Amino acid sequence: MLEIKNLHVKLEDEDKQILKGLDLTVEAGKVHAIMGPNGSGKSTLSYVLSGRDGYEVTEGSATLAGQDLLELEPEERAALGVFLAFQYPVEIPGVGNMTFLRTAVNAQRKARGEEELSAAEFLKTIRAKAKDLKIDADMLKRPVNVGFSGGEKKRNEILQMAMLEPKMCILDETDSGLDVDAMKLVAEGVNALRDEGRGFLVITHYQRLLDHIKPDVVHILADGKIVKTGGPELALEVENNGYTDILAEVS
Amino acid sequence: MGLADVKQGATEARLAALRLPAGGCLAAARQAALARVQTLGLPGRRDEYWKFTRPDTLTETDVTKASVFVSDEAPMFDDFDRLKIVFVDGVYDADASDDLSLEGVTIDRIADVCGQDIHWAKDLYGVLEARGQAPVARPLAALNTAFAADGIAIHVTGTPSKPINLVYLHSDEMSDAMVHHLVRVEAGAEATLLENGPGASRFNSCLEIDIADTGKLHLVRAQGRDHERRAANHMFARLGKESVFKSFTLTVNGVLTRNESVIELLGDDAIAHIAGACVGDGDFHHDDTVFITHDAVNCESRQVFKKVLRNGATGVFQGKILVKEGAQKTDGYQISQSLLLDGDSQFLAKPELEIYADDVICSHGSTTGAIDEEALFYLRSRGIPTADATDLLTLAFLAEAVGEVEDTDIAADIVARLEGWLSRRR
Ligand SMILES: Nc1ncnc2c1ncn2[C@@H]1O[C@H](COP(=O)(O)OP(=O)(O)O)[C@@H](O)[C@H]1O
Ligand SMILES: [Mg+2]
Repeated sequence: MLEIKNLHVKLEDEDKQILKGLDLTVEAGKVHAIMGPNGSGKSTLSYVLSGRDGYEVTEGSATLAGQDLLELEPEERAALGVFLAFQYPVEIPGVGNMTFLRTAVNAQRKARGEEELSAAEFLKTIRAKAKDLKIDADMLKRPVNVGFSGGEKKRNEILQMAMLEPKMCILDETDSGLDVDAMKLVAEGVNALRDEGRGFLVITHYQRLLDHIKPDVVHILADGKIVKTGGPELALEVENNGYTDILAEVS
Repeated sequence: MGLADVKQGATEARLAALRLPAGGCLAAARQAALARVQTLGLPGRRDEYWKFTRPDTLTETDVTKASVFVSDEAPMFDDFDRLKIVFVDGVYDADASDDLSLEGVTIDRIADVCGQDIHWAKDLYGVLEARGQAPVARPLAALNTAFAADGIAIHVTGTPSKPINLVYLHSDEMSDAMVHHLVRVEAGAEATLLENGPGASRFNSCLEIDIADTGKLHLVRAQGRDHERRAANHMFARLGKESVFKSFTLTVNGVLTRNESVIELLGDDAIAHIAGACVGDGDFHHDDTVFITHDAVNCESRQVFKKVLRNGATGVFQGKILVKEGAQKTDGYQISQSLLLDGDSQFLAKPELEIYADDVICSHGSTTGAIDEEALFYLRSRGIPTADATDLLTLAFLAEAVGEVEDTDIAADIVARLEGWLSRRR
């Protein structure tokens, strides 16, 4: 599904290399987790995949189902099926959450040559999905993420993911700032979307999210590279011993 | 020649080209207004409140040609149940207008005020305009009081079942029009006044609004879509105890617009909200000049102005809140913001507070900014194309101002028209 080869990324405005030859393949139906110390480049990877400005790919490639992602605009990537649940979801005053979601869903459908959802169909779908995530009608009406608590913002990201039904879900520290109950809700939301045709890249700093979203593969990212790959037990190792041992072992 | 002489010369030239309408009972008011123009002189570039806006084309004798815009949209408020009063190039059109009778309100042409001995109107004509000349001169309004031949006197004594809609059609590309309206809202009465259309190639309108204790007036204006028209509009409002005045102005296009609002809160617990949204592209200069005086206890004033500018458009905001001695518990709020869609456009703002009471809350803020890149990326990452995302964020920027319109149908129509304006610029 997602294939990243030898990816080198630097900041556009600064002479700072962040990703230094990253290789990663996420197969459809699988959940891959990326763990790594702060500043190792996890968010950068998620931004580069979703097409944010400010980064320059100096080498390497990233494809989704064989299509070159790096050439595409963010909205084109989204229509292809890339979704990033932001580490810091953006507040957009003046744009209602519901309007935003309907615009997004229909823009993607249009880009794929599908018919737009009618207002009634959309409403029915979003109500059901919002209910599962304990998102009330008020949160749907309010401007996007404005005045939302940390947990509400993260649940709102998952709601967007559920509505957009992407092929490749990238979750950047979706667990940060969540209490146990909120984390369970979010994890349930993600697990409900697990599907043979869908890949997940779950970026997290802590093992605890992975108790709820069981990964198939765990990678350790350090200094812009995947330094170790293993099964779920690797996350436990990080949890018990921290990164120091692993980093010492690979260097 | 000194500056004063230049100004005097220009003023005299303009006045020489104008003729006072047969005044009847308004003759004295017109003469007094003429004297004000002669004393003040027409606006010049050095005048303190004309530094950001060139007055020349508004003051000079010859009107600049403005082609008549033919719209494919239905005119604003067409779908609303309303009492329609039509002016073509500033002249009342009886055939195109509805019958002027409506329960709860008496409507007359200014020209008929004398014949019918309408005392309130005689007593109001030019009075609020004259009060509004200090401390800041507004000579174009005095010019209007002296020379406007047409207009409507609206006496609200009850709660009319539908809004009164003044429709200003533009038909002659060399038209130069002045209209002067009077509105008196009696105690406990409440009405909605709608205005729309460009008016003329050069339009000078003056609206004097006198709201008695506990009266309420809602005003929504839309200034048409003509690109080349010029306008100087003045609104003078005097508010009594527990009265409410809410106004919103939508401006799209127009090479030059100067909207002056002069509001006096004279009775305790009065509320005045004035808001505006404008969108301009290219040869567009839009100026909101506002002066709100708090001269009573526990009054609230609120100003919300938003401007979207692109391709070298200019926005101006000059807004002042004056809190007089003894106007305790004043709650004054003012925000003026511009969204610059490119680097060529500019926003010039002069927010002012002058406060002589100690127990007041007054805040003002003015910002200029571009589209928020973070928000834009967030929307795009959800599949919304850049152009749609930009429009969405632009409408979001305008939302606070449009939100000041209480009638949700009108607000929705305004949003739809703004969407149309943006989509035509893709
Ligand atoms: N836009 C940026 N400007 C400056 N430094 C950046 C920017 N984006 C990332 N960095 C730097 O790149 C490194 C990796 O950051 P990031 O990808 O956010 O790491 P992580 O998500 O793993 O904590 C850090 O040193 C960070 O400070
Ligand atoms: Mg991060």
